[in-house]
Amino acid sequence: MSEKMDKKKVTPEDIRIGVYICDCGTNIAGHIDCSAVTSYAAKLPNVVYAKENLYTCSESGIAEIINGIKEHNLNRVVVASCSPRTHQPLFQSSCSQAGMNPYLFEMANIRDQCSWVHMQQREGGTEKAKDLVRMAAAKAAFLEPQKDIEASLVARTLVIGGGVAGLSAAEGLAGMGIEVILIEQESELGGLLRQIDTLGPEGDKASERVSGLIGALTARPNATIYTDSKMEEISGYIGNYDVTIRQEGKDQAIKEKVGCIVVATGALPLRPEGLFGYNGTNVITQIELEQRLKDKTCDAKDVVMIQCAGARSKEWQYCSRICCMIAVKNALIIKKQNPEANVHILYRDMQMYGTEKEKMLWEARGIGIRFDIYSADDPPDVKDGQVRFYQPLMGQTREIPSDLVVLSTPMVPREDAPELSQMMRVSIDQNNFFMEAHAKLRPLDFATDGIFVAGSARYPATVEEARSQGLGVASRVATILFKDKLVTSAIVAEINPETCVGCLGCQQMCPYEAITYNPELNVCEVNTILCKGCGCCASTCPSHSAQLRGFKPQQLLRQIRAV
Amino acid sequence: MSRDILVIGGGIAGIQSSLDLAEMGFKVHLIERLPSIGGKMAQLDKTFPTNDCAI
Ligand SMILES: Cc1cc2nc3c(=O)[nH]c(=O)nc-3n(C[C@H](O)[C@H](O)[C@H](O)COP(=O)(O)OP(=O)(O)OC[C@H]3O[C@@H](n4cnc5c(N)ncnc54)[C@H](O)[C@@H]3O)c2cc1C
Repeated sequence: MSEKMDKKKVTPEDIRIGVYICDCGTNIAGHIDCSAVTSYAAKLPNVVYAKENLYTCSESGIAEIINGIKEHNLNRVVVASCSPRTHQPLFQSSCSQAGMNPYLFEMANIRDQCSWVHMQQREGGTEKAKDLVRMAAAKAAFLEPQKDIEASLVARTLVIGGGVAGLSAAEGLAGMGIEVILIEQESELGGLLRQIDTLGPEGDKASERVSGLIGALTARPNATIYTDSKMEEISGYIGNYDVTIRQEGKDQAIKEKVGCIVVATGALPLRPEGLFGYNGTNVITQIELEQRLKDKTCDAKDVVMIQCAGARSKEWQYCSRICCMIAVKNALIIKKQNPEANVHILYRDMQMYGTEKEKMLWEARGIGIRFDIYSADDPPDVKDGQVRFYQPLMGQTREIPSDLVVLSTPMVPREDAPELSQMMRVSIDQNNFFMEAHAKLRPLDFATDGIFVAGSARYPATVEEARSQGLGVASRVATILFKDKLVTSAIVAEINPETCVGCLGCQQMCPYEAITYNPELNVCEVNTILCKGCGCCASTCPSHSAQLRGFKPQQLLRQIRAV
Repeated sequence: MSRDILVIGGGIAGIQSSLDLAEMGFKVHLIERLPSIGGKMAQLDKTFPTNDCAI
């Protein structure tokens, strides 16, 4: 930005700035002299009103802003208080309420970046607060009014995966009146539950649960189900995704428009090739045992279950967390069917979280199921009807007979998870499970707007967890699709087509893939819905054609020169 | 039928429900027995597993 360009646009006479200095109780006023900052602010160029508040974010503080705008005819407001992350939206909405364009609001952080870090330096801190306020006011004079960006929304959702999580999400959405398209790659819905006999901890039949869930969904007229189907292509963004679905055996691909997407693709139990003599006949996995329990073909007398088979290892480092419950559930079933049977569970640590699972463990111990701890360095040895294991507590090796060894293997991500994650531009973690936007605060959202995750696709889940997550996701989607349009911040990048030479520098920098190249005009263009206003393009563009609204060179330079 | 919703308890669960419901367009009334909302989480410093500030 040249000096000349900067000077051309002198501050108009009619800029009227109101400055609000917040005490934040004692958070700010306890460490710096807020009254001095207020009287200093009152004398700054274009400032026509300055006011100190005990709490600017309180009801009376907000009223001060609204009244100030009206009484003093303010057309710019500066609040010097906390971080824009905490209260900028609140202050901006107060400005709108008083009839001022909310983008003419500016904030100075005199708490997190001033009073909190200069607690023992009252004088220096006060001077710094004055600097920050002066800079904010200098920038405010050059702010431009903006209009929020509005885009249309397609009130339909695509759910990928027809297990408990996907079925629950679809049922929840359809129940709220949002049209759902569910795709399942297998020929039948139900996911892993179709292979399970009885469900712990409650003890009902998995098949009944599944048919209940499927029935609830198919009864909905606003749910379309495609089986034998996978997503082939996806483009677009929140509110307006275009997806192509390929149904096995059909030439014609299905094209759908949806506003949001739910990933509920589940996980698979690990096949423990080469572990503990696994052979699928007398050394089997829990999922293979489920099949025998379903078929009523399990008549073993001496059953040994080995926990963490392949889990918490070099290759699969995490705890799959539901396998302890699964083993105890199946041990109880075997022991109850045949009280004479000996059931032994060899474990490293029992993971029976919550009230119900803990109860199962006590019941299992009570009816004579044996639990023995083993150490990962010295795992059990399975050979011809015998399991040898070292008991670290007793300091001795024991050998127990077994006509059936059941390996509790971890749930592992599907092999195509990385491919799907790339297609949708959503994250996966180091194990290839899908990864949410924030482990605590946004557990069902992806960082990519409009895409959500539920069930074992994220991490091994019980049916109860997969269902709560599915229903939870439906609510998250509703927060978007219950609105009639998508409204996003106007603080996005813009590229001047007159000066852009189409060098693609900005496109490479953009972390949100919000910039596309238009070959006809030989310029780069911004998708304002995908743009998050990070400013990477603006700082890269050699011709200053890319600029970030609210942070244009003119505005930033004014702020910097006021230091 | 009234379309307003009452949320009892102002911890993280109550606050998140209220936020989502308000986003969906419902009027929400959140009640909390203590003078401030935030619940247990507001009393924590760093929270596992991301170790960021609970507030
Ligand atoms: C041996 C065993 C016993 C268990 N016992 C119990 C129990 O007693 N109690 C309990 O609470 N839980 C139990 N579970 C856990 C239970 O299976 C899971 O909670 C449940 O399956 C999770 O549901 P989901 O919808 O997340 O995933 P899944 O059931 O795996 O469903 C995912 C679905 O998505 C489909 N899919 C995947 N990728 C795609 C794609 N790209 N496109 C289209 N479709 C796709 C799959 O075909 C599948 O149908 C057990 C698990 C195992 C392994």
